[in-house]
Amino acid sequence: MTVPSDFVEETTEDGVTALRFSGDLSIAAVGDLPERLRDHGGHVQRLDLTDIGYIDTVGAWLIHRTARDSGAEIIGADNEAERLIAAVSSVDQPAEVRPEPPNPIIRVLDEVGESTMIALTTLAGLVGFFGSVMVSAASLLRHPGRIRWNAVIQRFDVVGVRALGIIGLMSFLIGLVIAQQGAVQLRQFGAEVFTVNLVGRLTLRELGVLMTAIMVAGRSGSAFAAQIGTMKLTEEIDAMRTIGVSPVEALVLPRFLAAVFMLPLLGFYASVVAIIGGGLLSWVELDIPPATFFARIREVVPITDVYVGLVKAPVFGAIIAISGCYQGMQVKGNAEEVGKRTTAAVVQAIFLVIVLDAFFAVFFSWIGWN
Amino acid sequence: MVEDDPATFAREFEGPVICVKGLRNAFGEQVVHDNLDLDVRKGEILGVVGGSGTGKSVLMRSIIGLQQPVEGSIEVFGESLLGRPEAETIDVRKRWGVLFQGGALFSTLTVAENVMVPIREFYPEMDRDFRREVAKYKVCLSGLPPEASPKYPSELSGGMRKRAGIARALALDPELLFLDEPTAGLDPIGAAAFDNLTRELQQTLGLTVFLITHDLDTLHAICDRVAVLADQKVIAVGTIPELLAMDHPWIQEYFNGPRGRMAASQR
Repeated sequence: MTVPSDFVEETTEDGVTALRFSGDLSIAAVGDLPERLRDHGGHVQRLDLTDIGYIDTVGAWLIHRTARDSGAEIIGADNEAERLIAAVSSVDQPAEVRPEPPNPIIRVLDEVGESTMIALTTLAGLVGFFGSVMVSAASLLRHPGRIRWNAVIQRFDVVGVRALGIIGLMSFLIGLVIAQQGAVQLRQFGAEVFTVNLVGRLTLRELGVLMTAIMVAGRSGSAFAAQIGTMKLTEEIDAMRTIGVSPVEALVLPRFLAAVFMLPLLGFYASVVAIIGGGLLSWVELDIPPATFFARIREVVPITDVYVGLVKAPVFGAIIAISGCYQGMQVKGNAEEVGKRTTAAVVQAIFLVIVLDAFFAVFFSWIGWN
Repeated sequence: MVEDDPATFAREFEGPVICVKGLRNAFGEQVVHDNLDLDVRKGEILGVVGGSGTGKSVLMRSIIGLQQPVEGSIEVFGESLLGRPEAETIDVRKRWGVLFQGGALFSTLTVAENVMVPIREFYPEMDRDFRREVAKYKVCLSGLPPEASPKYPSELSGGMRKRAGIARALALDPELLFLDEPTAGLDPIGAAAFDNLTRELQQTLGLTVFLITHDLDTLHAICDRVAVLADQKVIAVGTIPELLAMDHPWIQEYFNGPRGRMAASQR
C-alpha cells in the first residue's frame, strides 16, 4: 500500500544534520512534502534514503532538488533510487513554463500595428480576389460551355431554397415586432395607422434585405469558408490546379453566382413575409383588416423602395460570397485555422454589408429615391 | 493513503499488466475484433502490428476505456475495467500514460502547461511551484530542450510534438505507456532517435510499453515481443525469430517482404 512520505531531522554522533526519509517517495505519496522541505530551509548535510519504499521520478526530483539547494549528500539510495536521481539530475535545466510576456507598451503597439496590417492586406486581398473572380467570369462568358451548371444549380438550392424556412420565420417575426412596437409608439399621437407605412417601407427598403444578408452570411458565407478551407487543408485545391482545373472557376464562381442571384430573391421574399407578419399584427392589434392593410401598403410604399432593396441585394450577395471564398482560400496549416477563417468570413461579410448599406442610404437619398 | 490502495497492490502484482480475454468489438455490422486474447507482461515493450483496418487503435482504445467493447474482459494491473463507473477505475487510470497518434496536445497551452494538466487533474493538492518544476524536468526527460517548455504546440516540429506528447504521457509517472504509431510521419533519423528515447525511458523508469506501429525498424530495434493482429484476433505473439518460424502467410509477407528483410538486415 502507498505509505505517505515523511522525513525527520536528526543529528548523528559526528555532528552531521541529516534528514531521514521514510514512506514512498512517489507522485501519489509526496503530499505536502515539497512545501515542508522548502520551509525547513538549508543546513542539511545528509539525505538518508535507507528507509524509503517505492520511489518514482517525482520523489527522485524532490531529493535531487533538496540536495542541490542545500549541498547535502545522498546516502542509502538503492539502485532504483540512484538510477532515477541520476536521470532527473541529468535533465535539470532552467526553463520557463510560459513565454516571457513582452513589455505592455510594446505589446499594444505591436498589436495595433499587426491588426492594421492585417486589415489592409485583407482589404487588398479581397479586392484582388474579386478581380480574379471577375476575370474568370469574363473568360467563362467567352467559353460558356465551361460553366459548371450542375454546381451552380446545386449552390442555388443550398444557398437559396434551403434558406427559405429560416428566413421566412425570421422575417415574419421581425414584421410582427416592428408593427407591434410601431403601434405602441404611434398610438401616443393617435397615429397608429402609420404603422402600415412603417412596416411597408422599413422592410422593403432596409430590413428585408439586410436581415437576409446577415442570415445568408451566417448560413452560407461560413459554409463557403469552411468547405473551401477544408479542401485547402486536404490539398484538394492543389490537386485541382495540377490537373488544370481552376479553383476559382470550379469552386468560387458557382458560389458567387448563387449568392448574387439568390440574395435579391430571398430579400424580396423576406420583405413580403415581414409585411404579412406586420399585417397580421395590425389586424389583431389595430383592427385593420388585411384587405385594407395591403391597399394601404400599395398607396404608401413607393415602387422605388422595392428598387432600393433589389439593387442592394446582389451587391450584398457578392460581398458574402467573396469574403467567404477568400477566407477559405487563405486557410493554411491546421484545422484550427479553418475555424478562425470561418469566423473572419462571417464577421467581415456582415461588417462590409452594414457599411455598404449606410453608403447606399446616402446614395439613394441623393438621387431622390426617398 | 488508504489501506489496500489498489495502486500499490498493482505495483506488487506480478501477473500480466494487461490481460484481454474474449474481446469483441463491432461497429454496426462490421466486426473488428472477435474473441481476441492478449497478455502484456510486466516490463516489456510489446509491439502491436497488423494491416490497416485490423483494429490496432481500436484495441488500444478499448483497453484505455475510450471504446466500449461488445463482449470480453479487460484487466489492467489485475483490475477489471469494463462496466465499472469511471470513479472506481481512477486509481488504475492514473498509472498509465497515452501518446496519441498526432500527439493530441492541447493547442492553447504551452508544452509545460500540457504536462501540468494531468498532474493538476489527479493531484490538485500538489504545490504549484513544485508542479511547475515537475513539468519542466519531464519536458527535458522526454529529450526536448528546455527552450521548448514555454512554446505552443503549433511552434514545434512533428518530432518535437511527439516528444511533448510523451512528456505529457509521463506526467503522472505511469508504469504503463501506450504509444500509437509514435514514429509515423517522422524522418528516419527522428524515428530512430524516438526509438532510442522509448527504450531509454522504458529502462530508466521501468515501464511496460504497449506500442502500435507500422515501422519495421522500430519492431526490430526495441520490441521485446510482437503481437500480430489479423482475422479479428491476435494470431501470434512472440519475439521476431519466433514469429518468423510460423508459416502464416501474412506474417511471412510482413517480415519477409522486401521492407522486412531490409529492416532485419540492418540489425
